Amino acid sequence: MAKPNSVPEKIRNINLVVDNVSIEVPEGTTVLEAASQAGTEVPHYCYHPGLSSPAQCRLCLVEIEGAPKLMPSCITVVAEGQVVRTDSESAVKMRQGVLEFYLVNHPLDCPICDQSGECDLQDFVFSEGRKHGRSKVAKRVLGRDDFGGDILFYGDRCVMCTRCVRFMEEIEEKPILAVVERGNRAVIDTFFDRGLEEAEWAGNVVDICPVGALVSKDFLHKARAWDLAHTPSICPNCSMGCNIDIHTRDNLVQRFKPRLNAEVNGHWMCDYGRAQYEWLNEEGRIEEPAIGNLDRSLQTPLEWQNIIKEVGARLTSLKGSIKVVVSPLCSNEDMGAVVKLLKAIGGGEIVFRCPSSLEEMPLRGTDGLRRTKDLAPNVEGLKLLGAKHVGDKNGIGGLQDISGEAETILVVGDRLQDQEANFGEGANLIIYLGSHPSESLQRADFTLPIKTFAEVDGTFTNCDKRVQKFFGSLEGPRDARPAWSVLNDLTSAVTGIETRQTVEDVFDQLSEVSEAFTGLTYLQLGSMGFQLEFDAQVTKG
Amino acid sequence: MGYPYNHRSEVSIISRHFGDPDARTLKGWIEKGGYEGLRKALSMSPGEVIEIVKNSGLRGRGGAGFPTGLKWSFMPKNSGKIHYLLCNADESEPGTFKDRELLRWTPHQLIEGCAIGAYAIGAEQIYIYCRGEFFEANQVLGKAVEDAYESGFLGRNVLGSKTTIELTVHTGAGAYICGEETGLMNSLEGRRGEPRIKPPFPAAAGLFGLPTTINNVETLSAVPHIVMYGSDWYRKWGTEKSPGTKLFCVSGHIERPGNYELPLGFPLKDLIEDVCGGVKDGKSLKAVIPGGSSVPILTAEQVETCLLSYEGVEEAGSMLGCASVIVMDESTDIVHQVMRMASFYAHESCGLCTPCREGTAWVTTILKKMENGQGSEEDLDTLMELTDQMTGTTICVLSDSVAAPVQSSIRYFREDYLNLLKVGSGNG
Repeated sequence: MAKPNSVPEKIRNINLVVDNVSIEVPEGTTVLEAASQAGTEVPHYCYHPGLSSPAQCRLCLVEIEGAPKLMPSCITVVAEGQVVRTDSESAVKMRQGVLEFYLVNHPLDCPICDQSGECDLQDFVFSEGRKHGRSKVAKRVLGRDDFGGDILFYGDRCVMCTRCVRFMEEIEEKPILAVVERGNRAVIDTFFDRGLEEAEWAGNVVDICPVGALVSKDFLHKARAWDLAHTPSICPNCSMGCNIDIHTRDNLVQRFKPRLNAEVNGHWMCDYGRAQYEWLNEEGRIEEPAIGNLDRSLQTPLEWQNIIKEVGARLTSLKGSIKVVVSPLCSNEDMGAVVKLLKAIGGGEIVFRCPSSLEEMPLRGTDGLRRTKDLAPNVEGLKLLGAKHVGDKNGIGGLQDISGEAETILVVGDRLQDQEANFGEGANLIIYLGSHPSESLQRADFTLPIKTFAEVDGTFTNCDKRVQKFFGSLEGPRDARPAWSVLNDLTSAVTGIETRQTVEDVFDQLSEVSEAFTGLTYLQLGSMGFQLEFDAQVTKG
Repeated sequence: MGYPYNHRSEVSIISRHFGDPDARTLKGWIEKGGYEGLRKALSMSPGEVIEIVKNSGLRGRGGAGFPTGLKWSFMPKNSGKIHYLLCNADESEPGTFKDRELLRWTPHQLIEGCAIGAYAIGAEQIYIYCRGEFFEANQVLGKAVEDAYESGFLGRNVLGSKTTIELTVHTGAGAYICGEETGLMNSLEGRRGEPRIKPPFPAAAGLFGLPTTINNVETLSAVPHIVMYGSDWYRKWGTEKSPGTKLFCVSGHIERPGNYELPLGFPLKDLIEDVCGGVKDGKSLKAVIPGGSSVPILTAEQVETCLLSYEGVEEAGSMLGCASVIVMDESTDIVHQVMRMASFYAHESCGLCTPCREGTAWVTTILKKMENGQGSEEDLDTLMELTDQMTGTTICVLSDSVAAPVQSSIRYFREDYLNLLKVGSGNG
């Protein structure tokens, strides 16, 4: 139902001065946010943009002209003509004092702390703390606690910001964490024998912990923060399309971290998505293009250009329709290239299988963030571009119509692990574009190595039809190529027309394939993605 | 009439029936003229009741001394929302024991005051948040509430009027911070006892987010008398800025410790020497804490001229607070006393704000270290600086409460600290 055309309530702008910088911000903005826009980051622990603000860490206190004492900038709302000083003598002295308090019981075990290098306590103390602490008394020792699930708690490092408690209460709405005891004996804890294994989004408490108090068991002592390369990507483990950073070292994925996108996942991602990354590090890759099947002794390695010629010739001679099985990890570009190849050959059928869960897994305190039923990233994209969803909820079966007699079968990405070794018996031609060898594709006539999603740039279309970019974070085998690139070469070999070969070009040509993408360019996607018109096909058809 | 001792200087209004078991019963209380104030209040409009209390100049007896009538007038009118009256009976300030006596000797006086207050601010529900450790007071109060309900002083149609006044007694579980007004509200709601950020103030969003007024036991106990006899009558005692009478709880090195009801503005020196019979065993006075452990310490010299009114004690360099006078004689080890107070606050800090959570504990450790003769003069500077960082930087004033005795003791009793250093160096 269309909303009536109402004029949105006008939001006034407020003028204020932060550290001599004049700035205009919308009414209702907090002083902390205004300062940030004016170029001053006010140190803080308890404040987090995705949570409520208890103003308890007392680190973000700033001087506001006319106020009787320092004010917590995270909850103080801007006022017209306000003059804010974050660098006044009293504010600086107070911050130094509060930081010293934080170190009274902090173990300073940075050399063995996972947070080291991305720690707010380290950063703030380094920039504004005292050179030497004055506390000469023994520190309180709490030790380590297993909070359940993937989460470990190092109580001594905790700064009691309670972000984790508030996340569980306000966002996941499973109040599993709480502050127990009081005074400097206060500590974050779980209730008796219940823990975060009951949670499904608990990994976020590690992300929002400003120090190394909450750490991931999986990542424990695995890598130093400063050794990790961060690559913007999209979580490949369901169709929500949570924006993530892939953290890599030594050409291996070390962890996934959520990346802010207010339109999709906010600051969060689920534990399921976060945990499934090891498959990207799987060894045993197909190293080079070859004629033949899995068994190396029966393979004949060939240079790419020769094998493309060879496959192109076979496809040309066969003509007629072909059956294609694609993986739901294929990007929009891969899928577009499949469709173009099919057009060149004379049509065909494209299917994909996708594992799915019975229920969605919502993050209750958010507006729609969830793990979707489909546990693959580009189900919507494949559908928009003309693929058919087959198979059951485990992502297997559904290929009876594909593997019939005298067919030409193209498999892109799917390893067909559910199929028997005699898959495609009686087929005319089987082409396998894959990253890993497949037991089921022993009858493949050609085996062409492609890169995985983590090794290429591309786009996925999420469950809400938002098209989002991801970037390659790993290097694949030397001879492996993006699937769309191989497919485009095959199209060229069939048609004799050269096709353009950058991911931008391939994306920009998607409108030739599906009306949903009409007019959309790679450049328009930006870093936040682009929401396709809902029911675009219906309106345009 | 004070309890257990009394003195001719006293003006007995709220303490008149201390020590009289009859006053605890409903029958006895009615015979002594009880609940007439409530009857009178119900015959007036709520606005008139507020006006009388406003004119009487009654100030909050919990420590802050905020004018009660003014506080009541902040409550929204015709908001359509539920209003609450809270009675803070979580008396836990070290040195304070006035509310306990009011609760256990004159529970009906409090119930009457609560009912008048509730009527004035348009609240149909009263909660008395009573300190859990007050077993006797809780029992007496519980019985009194039951009786008051039975006789129609509480419940629907109070005294035949159309007014409904429900009263629930809630027992605390042993946290000092729940005596802080917003911490009390959190605790009543079943949350962790932690203070809330103000604004919003309770009159706008208090208990369960609804308009709330919170008053101390002693404040509400004075209300029936003010309503009964008028504001001018109440102003016969006290000073212009601090009218009326106040219970003073005197403890420490004193001949006759106890509660005394005196007009505000009474000289502190007279309280100690005349009313209470002087410092115990004829020793000389060293220091006095005039308003509970969280206010600055006064020296014997400052005591000489100090008048016990809100403005008088402030002039002398401290605060009247809840008028808990702790007397210390010449033998007192000030550092030890301050350490005891600091360790109390460290134990009672809720742990929300960093300066308080870490600061109170750190200050205590330094004081303990000094007491053991392991301190240095540098520690005194550190203490001054730490307590500076703990003043005005937190959500509530608990950490300021540590700062006051520490800073005033270092300022006025530096010798005591320095003597400990000598002991330390002597012990090598």
